[in-house]
Amino acid sequence: MTLIPSILSVPPSPGVTARCAEARAIVLSNMPVNGEYRLLTLDAPAEVLDCAPGQFFQLLCPVPEGEHPFLRRPMSIYGYDAHAEQLQFLYKIAGAGTRGLATLRAGDTLNVLGPLGQGFTMPDAWQNLMLVARGVGLATLAPLARMAQQQGRSLTAICSARSPELAMSVDLFRSYGAEVIVVHDEDGSSEVPALEALIEARIAAGSVDAFYTCGSRRLLTMLQRLGQKHGIPGEIAMEQQMACGLGMCQACVRPFREGNEVVHRRVCREGPVFPISEAIA
Amino acid sequence: MSTSDLSVKVGELTFANPIMPASGTFSEDLSDVFDLDVLGAHVLKTIMHGKRAGNPTPRVCDLQGGMLNAIGIPSKGIDDFRDRMLPYWSDYKAPLVVSISAHSMDEFARLAAEVSLPGVAAIEANISCPNIEADGNAFAMRPDTTAEVMRRLRAETDLPLWAKLTPNTGEPVAVALAAEAEGADAIVTANTALGMSIDVRTRQPRLGNVMGGMSGPAVKPIALRMTYQCAHACRVPVIGCGGIATLDDVLEFLIAGAAAVQVGTATFQSPTVMARLIAELSDWMQAQGVTSLGEIIGSVQIPGGEAA
Ligand SMILES: Cc1cc2nc3c(=O)[nH]c(=O)nc-3n(C[C@H](O)[C@H](O)[C@H](O)COP(=O)(O)OP(=O)(O)OC[C@H]3O[C@@H](n4cnc5c(N)ncnc54)[C@H](O)[C@@H]3O)c2cc1C
Ligand SMILES: Cc1cc2nc3c(=O)[nH]c(=O)nc-3n(C[C@H](O)[C@H](O)[C@H](O)COP(=O)(O)O)c2cc1C
Ligand code: FES
Repeated sequence: MTLIPSILSVPPSPGVTARCAEARAIVLSNMPVNGEYRLLTLDAPAEVLDCAPGQFFQLLCPVPEGEHPFLRRPMSIYGYDAHAEQLQFLYKIAGAGTRGLATLRAGDTLNVLGPLGQGFTMPDAWQNLMLVARGVGLATLAPLARMAQQQGRSLTAICSARSPELAMSVDLFRSYGAEVIVVHDEDGSSEVPALEALIEARIAAGSVDAFYTCGSRRLLTMLQRLGQKHGIPGEIAMEQQMACGLGMCQACVRPFREGNEVVHRRVCREGPVFPISEAIA
Repeated sequence: MSTSDLSVKVGELTFANPIMPASGTFSEDLSDVFDLDVLGAHVLKTIMHGKRAGNPTPRVCDLQGGMLNAIGIPSKGIDDFRDRMLPYWSDYKAPLVVSISAHSMDEFARLAAEVSLPGVAAIEANISCPNIEADGNAFAMRPDTTAEVMRRLRAETDLPLWAKLTPNTGEPVAVALAAEAEGADAIVTANTALGMSIDVRTRQPRLGNVMGGMSGPAVKPIALRMTYQCAHACRVPVIGCGGIATLDDVLEFLIAGAAAVQVGTATFQSPTVMARLIAELSDWMQAQGVTSLGEIIGSVQIPGGEAA
């Protein structure tokens, strides 16, 4: 439970424009990946495919037997291709909603709402990018690899997992020309001290202009420390329980630092991507 | 193809159709999904006088057939309403209904005066929120506190004043009559029903605030019952609200006596639902040869006479 501080001024959202639609998509495939995850590929109408890396959809999950997911479930866009009219999500089965998703078969329909929220940015000054993420968080960061390649940036992806074979998206990152470093719990390389030393060495070699991360508090705290020490900016994709996903209900707020103030921002609207320096772990 | 007349009257106000959003489930953000001018009216999230943060997270959880919320009222205050929201909403044709609340009678009355501005069509008094003066109870739990707060509000505004009731009271009709007697121009039935949910694995409440308001299809029979009771007892119009998601739900509330309806939680499941309900209602009227909703409103047939 996040305790919400009492100081508040939700910033207005100048220039925040989200184009989205509620649409019916058709399941092309829904395959297990790595045992723990599933890759859902949809045939989706063009109206929902003007996406940016870091944005998400709200999926109206099918109802699995004996369970009753009611609200939509937020899922990051794993892949999108407006030309082929395809949309992909990589998900981990967690509860009723994702168990419902796992029942989808080719030919089934799925009601999707999106694309939602603000995606990652890639300012020109950020030439050498470092992405650090763990578990399903790597799904959220996957579309960044293509964006980096398209914009001619160099990308190092540090993929953290319980064991080397569980590291997600490694092949995908490589296919977009990223250097991939797998760290894992079995040899302790995913521990913060080891990871921090690894990143410090990269920074010393002058090859980090910006960080991208998501989810984990541990990684966020570490990257905030490194970022502050070396003046390296970055972005984080964050999660919060949602109802509407559009900005209407205020369910999804998190506290952020803004100067000396703590303000609330809606993860679904102002986010899910925020500056690392303003996030509160 | 001739179009049917979906317009309804709520007191002195006429709405192009009976479908409007429920407070707290609607904002300008929905304009990303459809043109908000198709709606009968716009009802805004409750505002309070000062800036407030709202409740701890998690603020929502889902249930079988509905959800719980404990958003609280994270208000940006009256200045933000006057300077930013009112100009934004004034660009729409649909009438604007401003929902207000407060922890004390004095603050409530002051806010009613402050929001009585050009561009505001009506005030919805959210008297169904817990307040400090009454030891955490909502004003609308009892007829006497309802009467007192409505009297104070009535003295401060000439705008149409709606009273939004709570299903948590044991005496909804007495509360509705008290609101009417003190000058309410319409009754809204109803706000959320107080509920709770526990994660059995962690043994922790699933809401940061421990308890929260239940909404969605699961509460529809309760809201429908209150709508029927109040429409039967009051002279002023009643606006139905609670669990409305389908055309049949809309018709049920109208038949029970609602002059219009508010749609809340259904928009979270399907953000286009209100636009769809308006189109479906129009098609239904045409197919049934119904020329005016006056033929439907309050047309409930109680076998063997009236039960109330
Ligand atoms: C912007 C965003 C992007 C996400 N992207 C992905 C992704 O690409 N792949 C993936 O596997 N998961 C992702 N998640 C997490 C995913 O939304 C949850 O795992 C999922 O909602 C769990 O639902 P459930 O019914 O299976 O589990 P339950 O635990 O039964 O869910 C109960 C309730 O809690 C909510 N909830 C549970 N976990 C989370 C969470 N981490 N964040 C927000 N709400 C949660 C659910 O939506 C639901 O309302 C993302 C979350 C957010 C906010
Ligand atoms: C997330 C959420 C926030 C709400 N906020 C308010 C509010 O600020 N003021 C109010 O009068 N009602 C509020 N409500 C109650 C709704 O307006 C409505 O009365 C209730 O949800 C029942 O209708 P529904 O089942 O269609 O949602 C809120 C409901 C939800 C789900
Ligand atoms: S989920 Fe409703 S405002 Fe973010």
